[in-house]
Amino acid sequence: MTEQSADAATFTDEDIEAKVIEIVASHSLNDSQEVTLASTPQDLSIDSLGLVEIIFSIEETFDVSVPYNANDPSSSDFDISTVGAVVAGVKRLIANQRAA
Amino acid sequence: MTRRVVVTGMGVVSALGLGRARAFEALREGECGIGQLTRIDASRLSFQIGAEASGFEGEDHFSRQELSLLDRGSQMALVAGREAMAASGFSPDDAMQLRTAVVIGSAMGGMNTLDDGYRQLYGEGKARLHPLTVPRLMPNAPASHLSIAFGLKGPAWAVTTACASSNHAMGQAFHMIRSGAVDAALTGGAESQLTLGVLKAWEGLRVMSRDGCRPFSKTRNGMVQGEGAAIFVFEEMEQAQARGATIWGEVVGFGASADASDIVQPNEDGAKRAIRAALEDGGLRPDQIDYVNAHGTATAANDRTEAAAIHAVFGAHAEQLSVSSTKSMHGHCIGAAGAIELVATLMALSEGVIPPTINYDAPDPECALDVTPNEARERSVGAALSNSFAFGGLNAVLALRAYR
Repeated sequence: MTEQSADAATFTDEDIEAKVIEIVASHSLNDSQEVTLASTPQDLSIDSLGLVEIIFSIEETFDVSVPYNANDPSSSDFDISTVGAVVAGVKRLIANQRAA
Repeated sequence: MTRRVVVTGMGVVSALGLGRARAFEALREGECGIGQLTRIDASRLSFQIGAEASGFEGEDHFSRQELSLLDRGSQMALVAGREAMAASGFSPDDAMQLRTAVVIGSAMGGMNTLDDGYRQLYGEGKARLHPLTVPRLMPNAPASHLSIAFGLKGPAWAVTTACASSNHAMGQAFHMIRSGAVDAALTGGAESQLTLGVLKAWEGLRVMSRDGCRPFSKTRNGMVQGEGAAIFVFEEMEQAQARGATIWGEVVGFGASADASDIVQPNEDGAKRAIRAALEDGGLRPDQIDYVNAHGTATAANDRTEAAAIHAVFGAHAEQLSVSSTKSMHGHCIGAAGAIELVATLMALSEGVIPPTINYDAPDPECALDVTPNEARERSVGAALSNSFAFGGLNAVLALRAYR
């Protein structure tokens, strides 16, 4: 954990994108090449439990806390409509954390 | 000649207080038992609310020697069981003790004991655990303690089907008596799960509300966990009548089903099949039902699915139904949920008072039912259902009739 947190502090935007895609791919049993920024959870056959696991992996990898409510994902303060939206959300969370 | 089964006593511990009379009063008044979590350090959680049985302290009811054997869940089961037995006046002789079952639901077992043990072992590096850790945490502990406390020697076991545990338990107890396998049963459910470990696990599913339990409301945003126990004396009707027992209602039907689809997502078909099975088992037509105590967890998915299932089963009669989710008041008591909700259902049947769904602040077109918003309503109830739909897709519905 400590090691991961140290990494998180130095993640570049490219690292974040690659890591998020890797996480999504591993939870959706797709190859990283098949996951694009435009991919939606539906495209990748990710169900609600899969999303919860992906969010958990993101939190553990980047040492951030993701505001996501599985009851009503659309009203959560975190857009999960596409992989690109998730990447943008993670970048924002990391930037907020660095600013804090 | 069909044997009939009636409820002759009940006892309850929950966030609404101790005892049946207190629970009835709170349910009638629409009291909210949900508040800030006080028994754990909730600052480590993303939500800080729960429905603690804050008036319940084991020390008030048990000696130190007794407490060393009892997880908080078993303590609650025993206190509720004492009340049920005393209120029913059921005092079985040697022969009747052999003909009395004990069937108790618990989803998780002794979670306080498990949490404490793990903290000591992993957190504090302790070399040994309390010697009674195993008997305290086993999920059958409440059933065993009730059997021992009242000398009940018939078939006894624990039932675990997550949020439907106590409905499955009470349904089995009912069928045992109706079939003639036994003549009476102590049955219900107990769950004390408001530990940091358990709540962290719930937090992980991201279905917990941070600001309240609002079943069927458009604004609902998740469930609120609770704790408690409710225990009932079920008896064969002629035996109960012969001894002049107070009868709170008649259990007439039990229906169960499995979704066989998703481990957490509710399923309308499974819910419908359980409701229909309960009606059929109870010899009831849908239009004979006046009240449905809903599972009503206040998650987006459950309430929408449950409303759809009710509409599908009841058709036009759905508009005539009074429905409510009393979880809005006592929280989601998981393995004890169906039992605590049977207390509310028996109040509706015996007193003609429909307990409300409190915190209802905006209608949801996907849950278009009369959910008895915010205030209890007087209504003569001839027959009622109590729904439980569990994680794992395991559904259990009880059907009851008023005893008049």
